[in-house]
Amino acid sequence: MNHTVELRNYGRELRHFQLRLAISAGFVLLLFGLLFARFFYLQVSQREHYHTLAEANRISISPIVPNRGLIFDRNGEVLAHNYSAYTLEIMPSKVANLEATINELGDVVEIAARDRKRFKKLLRESKRFESLPIRTRLSDVEVARFAANRYRFPGVEIKARLFRQYPKGEGASHVVGYISRINTQDLEQLEASGDSTNYRGSDYIGKIGVEQSYEKELHGITGFEEVETDAAGRAVRVLSRTLPISGNDLKLSLDAKLQEVAEQAFGERRGALVAIEPTSGDVLAFVSKPGFDPNLFVDGIDSENWDLLNNSIDRPLNNRALRGVYPPGSTFKPFMALAGLELKKRTPQYTISDAGFFSLPGSSHRYRDWKVGGHGSVDMHKSLVISCDTYYYGLANDLGIDKIFSFISQFGLGKLTGIDIEGEVSGLLPSQEWKMRRHKQKWYAGDTISVGIGQGYNLTTPLQLAFATAILASNGAAFRPHLVKQVMDRKTGAVRDIVTQPMYTLNFNPENMLHVHNALVDVTRPGGTAARAAAGAAYTFAGKTGTSQVIGMKQGEKYVESKVNERHRDHALFIAYAPAEEPKIALAVLVENGGHGGSAAAPIARLVFDYFLLGKLPAGAASVTADDEEGVHD
Amino acid sequence: MTSSVRLWHYLTRYVDNFLLGGVLLLMLIGLLVLYSATDANLSRVSNQAINMLVALTIMWLVANIPLQHIMRLAVPLYMIGLMLLIGVALFGEIHNGARRWLNIGVTRIQPSELMKLAVPLMMAWYFDKHEVTLRLRDYAVATLLLLLPLLLILRQPDLGTTLLIASSGFYVLFLAGLSWRIIAGLLLAALGSLPVLWSMLHDYQRRRVMTLFDPTQDPLGAGYHTIQSTIAIGSGGVIGKGWQHGTQTHLDFLPEKSTDFIFAVFSEEFGLMGNILLLLLYLVVIGRGMVITANASTQFTRLIAGSITLTFFTYIFVNIGMVVGILPVVGVPLPLISYGGTSMVTMLLGFGILMSIQTHPKLVKT
Repeated sequence: MNHTVELRNYGRELRHFQLRLAISAGFVLLLFGLLFARFFYLQVSQREHYHTLAEANRISISPIVPNRGLIFDRNGEVLAHNYSAYTLEIMPSKVANLEATINELGDVVEIAARDRKRFKKLLRESKRFESLPIRTRLSDVEVARFAANRYRFPGVEIKARLFRQYPKGEGASHVVGYISRINTQDLEQLEASGDSTNYRGSDYIGKIGVEQSYEKELHGITGFEEVETDAAGRAVRVLSRTLPISGNDLKLSLDAKLQEVAEQAFGERRGALVAIEPTSGDVLAFVSKPGFDPNLFVDGIDSENWDLLNNSIDRPLNNRALRGVYPPGSTFKPFMALAGLELKKRTPQYTISDAGFFSLPGSSHRYRDWKVGGHGSVDMHKSLVISCDTYYYGLANDLGIDKIFSFISQFGLGKLTGIDIEGEVSGLLPSQEWKMRRHKQKWYAGDTISVGIGQGYNLTTPLQLAFATAILASNGAAFRPHLVKQVMDRKTGAVRDIVTQPMYTLNFNPENMLHVHNALVDVTRPGGTAARAAAGAAYTFAGKTGTSQVIGMKQGEKYVESKVNERHRDHALFIAYAPAEEPKIALAVLVENGGHGGSAAAPIARLVFDYFLLGKLPAGAASVTADDEEGVHD
Repeated sequence: MTSSVRLWHYLTRYVDNFLLGGVLLLMLIGLLVLYSATDANLSRVSNQAINMLVALTIMWLVANIPLQHIMRLAVPLYMIGLMLLIGVALFGEIHNGARRWLNIGVTRIQPSELMKLAVPLMMAWYFDKHEVTLRLRDYAVATLLLLLPLLLILRQPDLGTTLLIASSGFYVLFLAGLSWRIIAGLLLAALGSLPVLWSMLHDYQRRRVMTLFDPTQDPLGAGYHTIQSTIAIGSGGVIGKGWQHGTQTHLDFLPEKSTDFIFAVFSEEFGLMGNILLLLLYLVVIGRGMVITANASTQFTRLIAGSITLTFFTYIFVNIGMVVGILPVVGVPLPLISYGGTSMVTMLLGFGILMSIQTHPKLVKT
């Protein structure tokens, strides 16, 4: 009984299935019919149209590379521009014997072994049949010579292309960066981001600096033209053309003149300087010394120059302002002082009696002040003016590492500032959590003491120090530091500001701010650690010197500058802002192995301020003007 | 003499001659077109011939396996495939912006290829197990079995394979008797989810879809392929330009001309007549697959045979549709003709299953 029911069901299922199969067959026939209809349309109805296209044809679609956007400083001075030059290009698909053709070409224009190598590399890397340069930057004579011999070289052409140039050479090289040939790695990235179509025909891409980080803005939109070509592959007639849209121009926040003054102020010394406008986050100067000539990289750097740059002990390719990490030393103290006031661990009146060292209760270890014998009676104001270490040892101990970490973090130390070029490093503001994670050790009270004077585990970049100083100068407004002020859109003509609003604003007690502020002004007055550098300035300025140790001193050992290897000498640091009443510029200076902040770093800040606030060029500068009667005090 | 004939009969007893004939003819056409498309590059043609021999051998091997054994493999194959796909998502190698490959030391494998057969096998197995008491819930489970690998492959991203596996799974559902009401509902849901799907697509995939509607919008990128292939096909006319005489092909205007766009080469050189012949030949193979499906005796064999046959059709339609410019450009080869070994093996593995279904003694269901 049951059995028959199932059988009947089974039969019905089978009929059901066969119906479905028949429907599928109909579906197959229907869609094949659709394909047939399309064949008919293409091959019968529209045959003439396509026949014409294919026959007259030889229509090729070639990209028209857009002009790369220009880079200006804040006053419109050109930092990167394009110039037109002739290149000799080969269309490999139209040349029967490449080797022979290149050899023959060698008789007409000079083709070096390096050009051949580069061409072979390009040949391997290019997927489609594109025109590839065998020689770049032909001279007028060479252009004429080739033009006369052109009939011998089907598939070879002279083209005018744009090349990138950086008129300032080493100047601001770490900011502007450079473009260079697109390599396989770049190609993969372009494919992944879906931009590869827009880069057909483009040979160059930004590699570092603003050229890299604003690549999307600078590149522009590739145009294309439909060209009818003759049998040899030469363009006969342009059928249609969609013009490219040039890349957007960039207006940097950088002041090229100020940058130059700052770079020259370093002389042959290594170091970094970052100057920021506190009310906007505009980076006014961004120096990393030594620099390098970005023009060397544009067409592929030769091995000789590369070795020179890459193996130099001075490491010119290293962007010290962005990627160099140094203990902040005593420049850390103003932030500590503010922490003490804000967190009510200190009053301005609180005074210690400094005997020249600090010891933790119950310990005999002495944390020494830089001045043997100490500074005597020291309150907060004096502690900053003369840079007393003992005061901050005690303060650090009273605050504890957790409070130091959370308070100082607000100034961006130990964190990425988010500046608009790539490669920034975060430095380090130590915390209990960090030490456990990094060293698998608990935090000891002793660790906190040296953190208080910016030593210990502390590591900051010059950029971070400048950023923190700018926050201090603007009474708490934190603008993201940015090298590009505006993007000038070619398509719409609109001008876009990169940063307009502060990321956040810190609200400190104005009285506390004023105490720190007044003390920093007195640092630059007689009796202060930067008094000499500031002498005779026509404006007031606030600053703090710092010295950061390169090698540690043993307990009881004395640091004698003249006895220490030059590369092991202390780094000199200086943070400052001016005019003190209404700061227009805040900066951090670092001179590697420069010794003392007051004598090595502060004078550089003075030169920068003099130029920026008074328009005064330093004596001995290349472009010194006649009315520069006042010399520079050192 | 007679003994060698007997040996031959013994060796080919599980081979379906009808299907084999169609496959061989298509392969022959494939080699001829490839010869033209590669500008008489004999090394690539012989490479492809080796691919074909390998695939034919695999087909023969599979044809000799009784269906019960293949059915037993359904679950483990699916599980292995799924694990490999998860492996790809976690440690896969990226090439050309897609994470599809898994490095297993010796070589790189592409697990999504395995799933082209493993998914319909698994679904057919499931329906077979629950044949007597087929309820709505079973369709839901089968759909889940389909969606799991699909999502993983879509993320790689691999639109072509996703599409093929989705259709192979849908055919199983459809042939298993999924009610029309649900099919209509699914269609509506699919339409409704288009915006969501759109947002999941990668930029280049979106551009491909956009350029379908107006290839001239992006003549350098996605539109370039379609523009050039339609010129090739249209200029071929009714009788074609003759073997090795396609100008579009030989002047290098046609991209991917030995792989995904090989149909444009064929069509330019053999014209409308050639196209009709090719479609008819494909129809013969599909028709044979349907006959085998109709004759199959169990739920499992019916479903898997139907799915393999209809998926074969889907390959053809999607590939030609893309080359003639009525479907977006997705990476689907023209079966048995496009250059490449992987898809050839997958295809003939499927045909091996069809042959096994046809030639082994039928199990009669009581």
